[in-house]
Amino acid sequence: MDDRDILELLSEDARHSTADIARLTDRSEAAVEEAIADLEDRGVIRGYTAVVDWDAVVDDDERVRAHVECNVTLDRETSYRDVARRLAGFPEVEGLRLVSGDYDFALEVERDSMREVSRFVSDKVAPLPEITQTVTHYIMETYKQSGHRFDDGDDDDRLSVTP
Amino acid sequence: MTFDPSERVRSVPPSGIRRFFELAEEMDDVISLGVGEPDFSAPWAAREAAIGALERGQTSYTANRGKRELRAAIAANARRWDLDYDPDEEVLVTAGASEAIDVACRALVDPGDTVAVAQPCYVSYRPAVTFAGGEVLDVPTRAADDFALTPAALAAAGADEADLLLYCYPNNPTGATMDRSEMAAVADFCREHDLAVLSDEIYADLTYEGDHVSIATFDGMRERTIVFNGFSKAYAMTGLRLGYALGPSEVITAMNRVHQYTMLSAPTTAQHAAIEALDGCREAVAEMREQYDRRRNFVLSRFEEMGVDCFEATGAFYVFPECPGDDAEAFAEELLAAESVAMVPGTAFGAGGEGHLRASYAAGLDELRDAMDRIERFLG
Repeated sequence: MDDRDILELLSEDARHSTADIARLTDRSEAAVEEAIADLEDRGVIRGYTAVVDWDAVVDDDERVRAHVECNVTLDRETSYRDVARRLAGFPEVEGLRLVSGDYDFALEVERDSMREVSRFVSDKVAPLPEITQTVTHYIMETYKQSGHRFDDGDDDDRLSVTP
Repeated sequence: MTFDPSERVRSVPPSGIRRFFELAEEMDDVISLGVGEPDFSAPWAAREAAIGALERGQTSYTANRGKRELRAAIAANARRWDLDYDPDEEVLVTAGASEAIDVACRALVDPGDTVAVAQPCYVSYRPAVTFAGGEVLDVPTRAADDFALTPAALAAAGADEADLLLYCYPNNPTGATMDRSEMAAVADFCREHDLAVLSDEIYADLTYEGDHVSIATFDGMRERTIVFNGFSKAYAMTGLRLGYALGPSEVITAMNRVHQYTMLSAPTTAQHAAIEALDGCREAVAEMREQYDRRRNFVLSRFEEMGVDCFEATGAFYVFPECPGDDAEAFAEELLAAESVAMVPGTAFGAGGEGHLRASYAAGLDELRDAMDRIERFLG
């Protein structure tokens, strides 16, 4: 059976209980458990995470996130994959993607201060032999992430009982 | 001189849903399964189109029948259900499907005419017939038939003598749909007894098992059917008030004569939104439909686990469980008082609704989960 519906439900809310996923997809609970285990084993599901609005965490006003653009130069012995492996190894790198356009890699970096972010980029990323240029963009405000809006969205202004 | 409401108005009792609405409105934190409209907002592209039309100053009347571009888009869209109508002659855009049904009644019903109304049904059908001067013939559908309309139910009610038949499938409040063979049997009955049909198909897009079947697609039915649809349900545009009627040229012309002197034209801003809805929002509609389908599975499973009998509703966004108590109205009021969950007693929707409750799953999954937990606790 196609497990796309299970993946969609978990992508919407990874905390759906197995019982609820079974009800929502008209399967048995055992079948859902088995399908999820299989998706995890095959590496289709890589992990479960919460979408956090860190700005709403009172004592977290120091947390700084940045998008870092990286240009690289490749040679016969070095592929994008090799560079990616080196970059992904840093725990400071939360996300890493190869993109089309003016630069090659898009990094998501998260640290406790702007100073730490810039030090990481200048001390760890820029010196790598394949990196030719970096541009750091500090994130000033998040409005939407992983499909979740960080404002209150649309109010439910419906009447409580209507025909 | 004082105002004296007409006999027609006095003969229509206040909506059965009204008292229950007032009870629910008085309470805080009600989880409502009593809402007959989507919990989604209109797709953003449609809202943007409305905003754009306002910004460009497009605030004039449109043609009485609606903008040509919209009628063309409506006719093109109807082909998905094998319905073929000429946008110039056979489409009328109205302020919601409710206006279209009212206008059809006023255009077709003479005093003394009988309109057979399949029930339980949407609350405006009976008043629409009454205000037009017609008589309503109740045609109760049965739980044993999964609330489908059958020739037996029509015959038992005496609908063979009626002038018009009015029904809604997929159905509010039951969530019932009708498949091809069930609809074919109704079409046979209508042809045999020379019944014209007012077919409310407002929930056509919200059909979860198989394809929606319109009675107008059967042999000899197109000329005796008006199809009603609109943007309120599948496109989540209830407050924009936009619906339409599809029918033979002569009946649309007759309806337009009433419509033009009542409404002049349907809301212009909404018409711009609707063009975009048909043109660019299919994906958003499919996404909402998928959400409803999942919630339907969820709610049906939870009722089944609680031991509440509920037939497998396959359309709209309602399920229609049997009331666990003797009196559905009393049960609904007690549930509301004890657990702040609102479900509407089936009797609010006319004959055949006794002993049932309408539960709308046009609510977020968290709310549905909470509501089901509370109902389970109430049944304890």
